[in-house]
Formats: sequence, C-alpha cells, structure tokens
Amino acid sequence: MSLPNQADEGITFDTFMEGVWRQNPVFVMVLGMCPTLAVTVSAVNGLSMGVATLFVLVSSCLLVSLIRHLVPKEVRIATYIVIIATFVTLVDYLIQAASLALYEALGAFIQLIVVNCIILGRAEAHASKNPPLKAVVNALGMGVGFAIGLFALGATREILGAGKLFGITLFGDNFQPWVVMVLPPGGFFVLGGWLLLFALLRSRKEGKVQA
Amino acid sequence: MSEPIQPQTTPGSKMIATMALVASICGVLIVGAFEGTQDAIAENKRIMLERAVFKVLPGAASVREYAATSAGIQPLAAGASLPEGGVKFYAAYDQAGVLKGVAAEAAGKGYADVVRVLYGYDAERQVIIGIGVVFMRETPGIGDKIITDQAFLKNFEALDVRVNAEMTALVNAVKVVKHGTKTSPWQIDAIAGATVTSKAVGRGINDSAQKLMPLLVPHIAELKS
Repeated sequence: MSLPNQADEGITFDTFMEGVWRQNPVFVMVLGMCPTLAVTVSAVNGLSMGVATLFVLVSSCLLVSLIRHLVPKEVRIATYIVIIATFVTLVDYLIQAASLALYEALGAFIQLIVVNCIILGRAEAHASKNPPLKAVVNALGMGVGFAIGLFALGATREILGAGKLFGITLFGDNFQPWVVMVLPPGGFFVLGGWLLLFALLRSRKEGKVQA
Repeated sequence: MSEPIQPQTTPGSKMIATMALVASICGVLIVGAFEGTQDAIAENKRIMLERAVFKVLPGAASVREYAATSAGIQPLAAGASLPEGGVKFYAAYDQAGVLKGVAAEAAGKGYADVVRVLYGYDAERQVIIGIGVVFMRETPGIGDKIITDQAFLKNFEALDVRVNAEMTALVNAVKVVKHGTKTSPWQIDAIAGATVTSKAVGRGINDSAQKLMPLLVPHIAELKS
C-alpha cells in the first residue's frame, strides 16, 4: 500500500502490515479466539466472518478517530461501544440481506463481534490517538490479518474434515473425511498447528539475527 | 505514566452532550440500514421458504401460508402472528392453481440441538411424501445422514399419517423403529448409528402431524378452491 502524496505523516507500509503480519490478531496476539474457533468450519464461513469483522473494525476506527477530540475521557469506552455496536447491527442486516444461509451458519457470532477485543483494542489503543487516515489504514491491516487468520483456519478444517474447499470436492471417493476437524476439538487442533508454525518461523528468524 | 495524574473534571453536561451526539449519529445509521435492507431480507426469507416447500412438494409453483385452529383454517397474512393454539402450514399449488399438497414444520430434540424439518403432505392419499431439513446442528458425518441417507429418505416417500374417524388423532402414531425392522407404512426405519437424530425427526413429525392433521383434514376441501 503506497500513499505518496499524503499530508498525514507517519503512515508507512508498516502501519498496514503491522496487523497483517507482525501483530497478526490470530497468530501472534491470539485475540478474538471465540469466533476464530467457533465459526471456522469452512473456508466460506471463516472468510465471511473475517470480512464482517474487517468492516466493523474499519468503520468504527474511522468514526472513533474523527470524534477523538470531542469525546471526554470519562465516557470514551461507552462511546466506543455504542459506535461498535452500531456497525455490528449494520453488518447483521447486510448479511441477512445478502444470504440467509450464511446468516444462520454464523449464528450468534455476528452479534458477538461487539465484544471482539480486537475492535475495542484498536479503537482505544490506536484510533483514538491517530488521525482518521492512519487509523483506517491500521484498522484495515488488522482486519485483513484477522480475515487471513480465519480463512487459513477455515480452509484447513474444511480440507481435512470434509475433503472440500469452498464446497468443491478435492479428493476422490477414497478420501475418508477426518470428521473431528470440523467438530469443536478440531478447531483447537488446527489453531494449535498454525500457532506452532508461526512460533517456528519466529524462532528461526531470531536465530538468524543472532547468528 | 510518568507525569503526576491531575484530577480533571469534565462537566457532566459535556459528557451527556457527547453521548447524545454519538447516539444520534448511530441511531440514524441503524435506521438507514434497516430501511435499506428490509425488503431484501423479506424477499430472501420468502425465497428460502418457497425453495424448502418446493423441495418437499415437487411440482409446486406457489405457496400460501395458513393457520389451522379448532375453528377451521384461515389464510395467514404476511407478518401476522399465529392465533392462539393454531398450527402454521403452507399450502402449495402448481402452475394451474391445483393443490399439490401441504407442508408443515416439525421439530424434535436431536443429539446436539433441535432438529427442524419441513414435511410435504399429500392430501389425497393422507401420506407424507417428502422431508427437508430446515435447521440442525447434528454431528457431521453421523447425524447429518438424515439429509443424505437414501434408505432413510425412502421412509418419507409414503409415510402413513391417516386421521381416525373421530378426527381426534392419527390412526397410527408415526414411530421410529430399529434399523431394519420396519414392517408398517407408519414406521420409520432409523439410520444405524444415528438413532438419536432419526428419532428426533420421527418424534417431531409425529407431534406435528398429531396436532395438525385432525385440524386440517376436515377442512381440506377449502384449500382446493
């Protein structure tokens, strides 16, 4: 993401990439585990949940950043929650209008985006202290990072647990689906596997720096 | 924080004003989204219902909602609430406007959660001619066989739900039997290994048919017009 002629200083590629890679909400910060584990039974579910969260995150960070000089410190959390809840309600209606099947698959987890700690965390730690554009870029990065995380989990679980990806059968009839992967315990197994991979990558990198 | 904390006092009026402003902005946004999506959501719900009804009653082209009560059957206007003690059902008609059958919802407690199915009813023969799952959270690979298991679905090609002469109950209650022991047309052959889910479907259909059929059958002629 390049923004060459921006008057706002301090927006770098890193503002965006922070959430995608270095501070990835799922793989590094391990935040928002409730939707992460519960809805990622398929790639579509994971991706949709990720996009819904991305929308709420970006819109609420924009609004929080726009009114950051207006809001007295004492009522800031209450204000942020009202803003976040508003955008979650919006997403709720939009998903119902787009696809009822998806709405039923995601269930209560759409409403539960309100209490996703990534969103309140970003609003409090970043958006309330930064100009709108920077806040949006940062929120976009975090949201994309979260969506990638959910998609990675959802795709892995769908491939292993159902032998499909986006509903398309990948293997022949001889493939016996590993059903436990689409059940709740499978969520933990797959998340553990991904965390292991990221920890391995990190320790490799640190080892290289020292050497 | 290294600097000493200074007691700051924001006047209460400013806090209230801020919250009121934020709440008004949010209120406008929510109302806007509601107004903007309401039609699409209603349309989605209608399509979903039609698709479910057409699946259990092949050949149907239009659906009308009705409520059956002890006083008879009345059409149910869109969005209207069900009368006390009433049972909701859907009458399906083909292109020419001839009654194809009746669909109603049944619900039974399954392994993980309630299993809700829609069943199609043939008024001429007084049998259930098909089921479709509306909602379930059963174990993938085990309980969800109720959607895919052809032998199980064969139970619902002509499931006997005749009403007795007094119009009080079914002649034979719908019953789920152990896999491979079905002998009568009102029995459902359970899926081996998914007995709990099979029983949920059977019990749900029995509960619903016991309630609906005695109310519906005496008035079935009214639907044909």
